[in-house]
Amino acid sequence: MPFISIRDLRVAFDGTQVLHGVNLDVAKGEALGLVGESGCGKSVTWLAALGLLPGTARVTGSVTLDGQELCGASRSTLEGVRGGRVAMIFQDPSSSLNPVIRVGRQIAETLRIHRGLMGDAARLEAIRLMDMVGIPDARKRSDTYPHELSGGQCQRIMIAMALAGEPDLLIADEPTTALDATIQAQILDLLSAVRAETGMAMVFISHDLGAVSQVCDRICVMYAGRIVEEGRIDATFGNPRHPYTRGLFDAIPRLEGGRERLVPIHGTVPDPRNLSNGCAFSPRCDRATDFCRSNLPVLKPQPDGRFLSCFHPVTGISKSSCTSGQHESAAA
Amino acid sequence: MSYVYRSGHMLSFFLSRMLRAAITILLVMTFAFCVLRLSGDPAQILLGPDAPQDAIEAFRERWGLNDPIVVQYWAYLKSLWSLDFGVSMRDKSPALQLVLERIPTTLQLTIPALILKVGIGIPAGVYAALHRQSIADRGVIMMAVFGFTIPSFVVGLLLVLIFSVTLGWLPSGGQDTWMHGILPTLTMSIGGIGILARFSRSAMIEVLGQPYIRTASAKGMSWRDVVWKHALPNASVPIVTIVGFMIGSLIAGAVVVETIFSWPGVGRLLVVSVSNRDLAVVQCLLLVIAGTMVLANLAVDIMYGWLDPRLRSKSAAH
Ligand SMILES: Nc1ncnc2c1ncn2[C@@H]1O[C@H](COP(=O)(O)OP(=O)(O)OP(=O)(O)O)[C@@H](O)[C@H]1O
Ligand SMILES: [Mg+2]
Repeated sequence: MPFISIRDLRVAFDGTQVLHGVNLDVAKGEALGLVGESGCGKSVTWLAALGLLPGTARVTGSVTLDGQELCGASRSTLEGVRGGRVAMIFQDPSSSLNPVIRVGRQIAETLRIHRGLMGDAARLEAIRLMDMVGIPDARKRSDTYPHELSGGQCQRIMIAMALAGEPDLLIADEPTTALDATIQAQILDLLSAVRAETGMAMVFISHDLGAVSQVCDRICVMYAGRIVEEGRIDATFGNPRHPYTRGLFDAIPRLEGGRERLVPIHGTVPDPRNLSNGCAFSPRCDRATDFCRSNLPVLKPQPDGRFLSCFHPVTGISKSSCTSGQHESAAA
Repeated sequence: MSYVYRSGHMLSFFLSRMLRAAITILLVMTFAFCVLRLSGDPAQILLGPDAPQDAIEAFRERWGLNDPIVVQYWAYLKSLWSLDFGVSMRDKSPALQLVLERIPTTLQLTIPALILKVGIGIPAGVYAALHRQSIADRGVIMMAVFGFTIPSFVVGLLLVLIFSVTLGWLPSGGQDTWMHGILPTLTMSIGGIGILARFSRSAMIEVLGQPYIRTASAKGMSWRDVVWKHALPNASVPIVTIVGFMIGSLIAGAVVVETIFSWPGVGRLLVVSVSNRDLAVVQCLLLVIAGTMVLANLAVDIMYGWLDPRLRSKSAAH
């Protein structure tokens, strides 16, 4: 049984639907990468799952954690889950920490909520966690304020704070985007090390496919509020089937290929307020037909174990993959 | 407390602030000194239009008004240095004493008014921010706009019209009983309640949209704790600015209201002394008023550092 299971999750802001029925499972201990262009709904998916969206958001669907329903659950249920079973860290570590509270105390707050630690016990445990995530001179640093620390150190504090509740799942929402390259690599190493030590599952949200391949077992590609392809890292990286996934891979600068290999996906991300009836990617897709523009593909399991939502997928090396004709007849 | 030790700049911070305060006060004093002397003749005003010329001449001689203004100014500074604030030209009583006598009377109005402003304005604004788009929020916005757009003399007259003239419940002027203080206090608080409600609401809305509030919720903290421990301490920084300004005007802020309700406080004294050109009294009043404003400003700066650690290093560097 998956640890957390998202079914038909839909989110709308002021009548504009931005998430169109997302289905997603995360197993215990697994690392799942979630990629897609800005605005496709990666953050909203997980904020909605934890009930962290503002009141203006309309959320429907189901999110179950070990069989317990979270969508529409009571405040106290959600408060027990947040930080305790599922922790989340965010893109901009400096502004994600409260500027007027000492960092040690911010970690200690989680310890109090989920582990009942108070006073000196909480302080010492906070220092131990800071030490564990690689903050030098943790005892002294625990008394500093976020603005006195660098971005990388703030992200380490965020990670320490997330670990403080001993969660089973960590949602890392672009944890390295705001950091420079060397610090990015250090944070990725830290996350891998923490996972190796605690066996915690992780959802790694990122634009950086390289980082995803480094830390994840499985990858999920989102486009315009839907999952369009999902599969194991090696299979998907070796043979991306969805034209959008393909486009993402082609846009990665490669060392051996030189500059000319870099092919950005043409066109822009669709506006969630006016999506076409057909496949949301069809306006930007070289393989799209009239059929694609008027019919909505659904995410379907493929013989090779991945999930795909496309009428005309890129034909890969694998001969066993479905032909486009089958998809069209299935959807029609 | 700890930042005093850590920054190590507190002394220089204080000294530079005090220096700036002293310069501000000196500029205010100099300006008032000149304007008072150039805009009217105290002898003429005090002795009346029918006074004989030689009486006026004698009065001017006595108060040194015939000396060049630079000489007068120098004499004034010298007496200030020895903490001599001069005497009233009307009854020869010490100016400082006249001013100090009036301060408690004014505070009888302004302190309750401040308590009302803070006690109603801030909670109303915070509540509105926490319940955005609700009926309560709309009500607070409307009241706030009403509060700070209508001038206090209009509010005062309206209140008198309702509670004194129509209903006959409360007296409209004088200072005899605590009942007399109700209408002036209300008049003075309404604008401030509106201002504070509006500022607290927008400060709180701004803070609630910050990423660290989401972080606090994401760690499983109850919404109540998120508001009290994470949102309010951050929102208090801009709110303190306004409250500090209100504290700074505790003494001088009642001029209009004291005039409407004939309340014998500092404001009344100022109006009367200016129209009489009672030079020493006006100068002493301005010194006290400027002094309290500067002190309140300093207090706000210190509060900033206490509330927001990011401002500690900055304010010390000034
Ligand atoms: N609080 C909100 N109010 C209104 N619309 C929102 C809100 N949060 C997100 N959205 C909209 O939802 C859509 C998905 O946003 P989301 O933040 O999930 O994108 P994302 O995939 O995480 O992008 P990024 O890579 O930039 O973080 C966007 O169109 C965004 O404008
Ligand atoms: Mg995002």
